[in-house]
Amino acid sequence: MSTIEHAGDLPAWAALAVSFFLVIGAGLTLIGTIGFTRLPTFYERIHAPTLGTSWGTGGIVMASMIFFTVLSTRLVVHEILIGIFVTVTTPVTLMLLARAALHRDRAEGNPEVPAEAPVEPAGEAEQPAPAE
Amino acid sequence: MLPYPLLSASLVLMWLALNGFTIGQFILGCIVAVLASWGMASLRPAKPRLNKWYLLPKLVGIVLYDILRSNIAVASILLTGGKRSHKSGFMTVPLDLENPTALAVLAVVVTSTPGTAWLEYNSLNRTVLIHVLDLVDEEEWRVLIKTRYEALLMEIFE
Amino acid sequence: MSHMILAWSVTIAQIMLALAMALAAIRMSRGPRAQDRVLALDTLYVNSMLLLMVFGIRTGKVIYFEASLVIGMLGFVATVALAKFLMRGEVVE
Repeated sequence: MSTIEHAGDLPAWAALAVSFFLVIGAGLTLIGTIGFTRLPTFYERIHAPTLGTSWGTGGIVMASMIFFTVLSTRLVVHEILIGIFVTVTTPVTLMLLARAALHRDRAEGNPEVPAEAPVEPAGEAEQPAPAE
Repeated sequence: MLPYPLLSASLVLMWLALNGFTIGQFILGCIVAVLASWGMASLRPAKPRLNKWYLLPKLVGIVLYDILRSNIAVASILLTGGKRSHKSGFMTVPLDLENPTALAVLAVVVTSTPGTAWLEYNSLNRTVLIHVLDLVDEEEWRVLIKTRYEALLMEIFE
Repeated sequence: MSHMILAWSVTIAQIMLALAMALAAIRMSRGPRAQDRVLALDTLYVNSMLLLMVFGIRTGKVIYFEASLVIGMLGFVATVALAKFLMRGEVVE
């Protein structure tokens, strides 16, 4: 086990805080992916990666911020951009994917999916749901 | 000059965070932000209005706390349970929000919280279809979304 | 002592993230449907982004941060395009 040589003058409290946030973040991400492989249906699986993208990312971003701020004795905040970016983009991708999955399931007439509610005529054009 | 002051300010902040806090980068960032906000203005004239912007930190705090809490809840479901330890399902929630920006914020909040996913908003009868991982009591989730997030969002945006 | 803990936890975090990527890759190869594979690809992108940030802590270089930012953006655009493709059958209409 090699120690981290450039972290020579890192105080003990910072090293412990960085370790704590790293393990929490990586652990939550791992739990999320374990659930992602174990859950039985797609709509349940869509909840699992949000563990990694919420506090999984948050923990690692926090660890990186503490590490570089204490080490270079100036405020390093650019990691927070990744946090904001992931927080804003993940819901967009998940919503789009869920809507695509709903659309595909309805087009196949899958009975486990709720039927499409009527859509405004002036609204966005949707293919009609199959009659059930 | 500045059609979207909030957007321009956050662009300048992002530029500085990426390139370092110097006076030259600040000027360059300001130029980029002004140009970008002009481009934005030509794309979409209708801009969102914030009535009570001072409530935004409260919303952020509530959301961060809830995400932390539901992280723990979902992690324990995933670790302890096999396939039959939870009952998941679809449910619809009627909404009183109409402002598109507020709806977008609500969708981001609901989806980024582990355990709930926003699937589809129906603008005709103003209901949203969400999927919940641990659906014990539908009414509880409905009350949670309406009182905890929607009331605050209505105060901020409408 | 605290530096030992730091070195160990960086290694443990890297192992956990690599394991998470492996699990996402398993889900991507198993499917069963296209949306599962796209979701697995998105998870893979996020996990590799986090792994690069941990690499940044291990080596003390800021360049890894920029790499992970690029991976995050590419992952977002790729997933949105794939989801659009699943919904409509084409990306640009």
